[in-house]
Amino acid sequence: MLILADILSATILFAVPLLLVALGGMFSERSGVINIALEGIMIVGALMSCLALRALDAAGLGATHPQWAMLLAILVAALSGAVYALLLAFASINLKADQTIGGTALNMLAPAFAITLTWAIQGQGQTTILIPTWTRITQASLGLAETDGFFQQLIFKSCYLTTPIALLLLILSTIIMYKTRLGLRLRSCGEFPQAAASVGINVFKMRYIGVLISGLLGGIGGLAFTVAAGSGFQSSVAGYGFLALAVMIFGNWKPLNILGASLFFAFFKILGSYSSSIPFLPEFSFKSSEYVYLMLPYVVTMIILVLTSKKSRAPKAEGIPYDKGTR
Amino acid sequence: MKSRRDYTSLMASLISIAAGLLLGLILLFVFNPSKALYGFENMLTNGIRNTDKMAKVLYTAAPLMMTGLSVGFAFKTGLFNIGATGQYTMGAFFALSAAIQFQLPWYLGLLAAMVGGAIWGAIPGLFKAHFNVNEVIAAIMFNWISLFTVNLAINNMPRMLASAWGAVNKDRTAALGAANRSAILPKLGLDELMGSNYVNIGIFIGIILAVVMWVILSKTTFGYELKACGHNRNASVYAGINAKRNIVLSMAIAGALSGLGGGIYYLSGTAQYTLVKTLLSAGFNGIPVALLASSNPLGTILSALFISYIQVGGEAMQPEFTKEIIDIIIAAIIYLSAFSLLMRELIRRALTRRHRAQAVARGEE
Repeated sequence: MLILADILSATILFAVPLLLVALGGMFSERSGVINIALEGIMIVGALMSCLALRALDAAGLGATHPQWAMLLAILVAALSGAVYALLLAFASINLKADQTIGGTALNMLAPAFAITLTWAIQGQGQTTILIPTWTRITQASLGLAETDGFFQQLIFKSCYLTTPIALLLLILSTIIMYKTRLGLRLRSCGEFPQAAASVGINVFKMRYIGVLISGLLGGIGGLAFTVAAGSGFQSSVAGYGFLALAVMIFGNWKPLNILGASLFFAFFKILGSYSSSIPFLPEFSFKSSEYVYLMLPYVVTMIILVLTSKKSRAPKAEGIPYDKGTR
Repeated sequence: MKSRRDYTSLMASLISIAAGLLLGLILLFVFNPSKALYGFENMLTNGIRNTDKMAKVLYTAAPLMMTGLSVGFAFKTGLFNIGATGQYTMGAFFALSAAIQFQLPWYLGLLAAMVGGAIWGAIPGLFKAHFNVNEVIAAIMFNWISLFTVNLAINNMPRMLASAWGAVNKDRTAALGAANRSAILPKLGLDELMGSNYVNIGIFIGIILAVVMWVILSKTTFGYELKACGHNRNASVYAGINAKRNIVLSMAIAGALSGLGGGIYYLSGTAQYTLVKTLLSAGFNGIPVALLASSNPLGTILSALFISYIQVGGEAMQPEFTKEIIDIIIAAIIYLSAFSLLMRELIRRALTRRHRAQAVARGEE
């Protein structure tokens, strides 16, 4: 039973970055800008927040006020992600550049920048920024007695402030998207910007907001991935930005579907890495069968995408620079 | 008219490159002012310092050229081939299987690489054409699937591993020098001429294929149909073009090109495929190569050589600087080339103004 709690706990841990980043992608694409730069945004957010955590740790603040320090790191991640996303917004909104090209450049820039900066700060060859241990929320840090029942294991096996914050942001995103004027205007710019402009909506502004929100969420997602990966920041987020893009499409550009898609994907991903310790999974007669399980999330996602493709509908105007003159 | 458009886009690329290099120089000054000029000079001259370095540039350029052609070809037909890395991996696996498991000569190995890449490219194409699944997502999924499939297969083919051929390593494929000498790409005596073990015919294969792709895209009906599909799928269907078939074909051809890149690299005799759990960066590097060349096949020859050249240059900047500074420079160049539309317009205006001024001057005479 405890292994089930382990698996569920790890699933949630890895679903959080996917959820956050896919929600970010959703805001950007729904405003009409394809954000392929999510991978790069995650890296920048993770880099800056890990540097912040490192500084807070060195200053001794982390040990005395761990969760306030973590909250500060999350803010740093969000802001740095948003600033980096500005580069994409500027290229694709003001200059009407090809959105894939700008995004690719940003994806390439981020890891190189991260490695260079890490070396410059930590010294040659020190490529890992370690995450201080006080960032984890444990029963002891909440003043609770240490027990290891099913639910305790589920919640406290790997609990970070990013998880409740992600939940909060999910609720907030759903409300903004569907219950506010901003959400309606944003969505209209991704469907038919000329019509939106004709009723007085500022398309440029809406698209800037969409890309900036994707930067905020993508940056936090970068930090969430780094704490989940557990080995510190190594100038990479292992392709999670691209996976989040898949999760977003899989989730049909809708917040709650994205939540489902990210949990689903994370579950199969975790199943892969736990395959050797789960007793009831089938054994294969060939060598290195762990690769079958590692492949599983991607295969299953493809199958689901095929089955749901009839209903899948991307924002109509995504990827097309807004031009006032066209109809 | 056409030549002038080519001229302005070449100018735009050159301006982007100059600006990117300038940014690199500034970064060097920021990180280590006393060594900055020395590092910059190393970066710019390392590739022509001696024939061995030149050979290294050509050796790195060949697979880059292939993945660049692959991504660029897909772009021209309206598809974003982010799956180049999976196709490259499959190509490498097919080539190495032919070479080591089946003991076939190099040309059959390259053929196998193309087949492997084409299959892996066609799959996302099929998903897009028949199931309306976005090709970018399908390709990302199949990148990972290819990686794990290849690792699984190699682990279950004991003859493939280096440990079966007298070495101790179980985490990589056998060195071709030990397993099958006839599978190593011919060097045409260039290795003695240039005094380097790196040189082989890979670069010539790349250049020939670039020309072939250029002919297909700009001189044949087939290429025209593929491009038409990319511009407007509905219009091309209306004009009687089989759009579904063309999407699959485009992706298969793009895949074959990437696969061949993997074949060229791993049949060079100096590379062994290592079993890792991360995607090979070689495939992703095709994207900047294609973008810098505006997806033009002939331009890809130059952009692959350029990127390979500064990458080899980057190795000479160590240990004072990280070689990732090169990636920053390339990224900056790509980012700036995204503005090429704007830049082209500015250059065009400047040219017209000069023409007009000249005309006025002539009129006064």
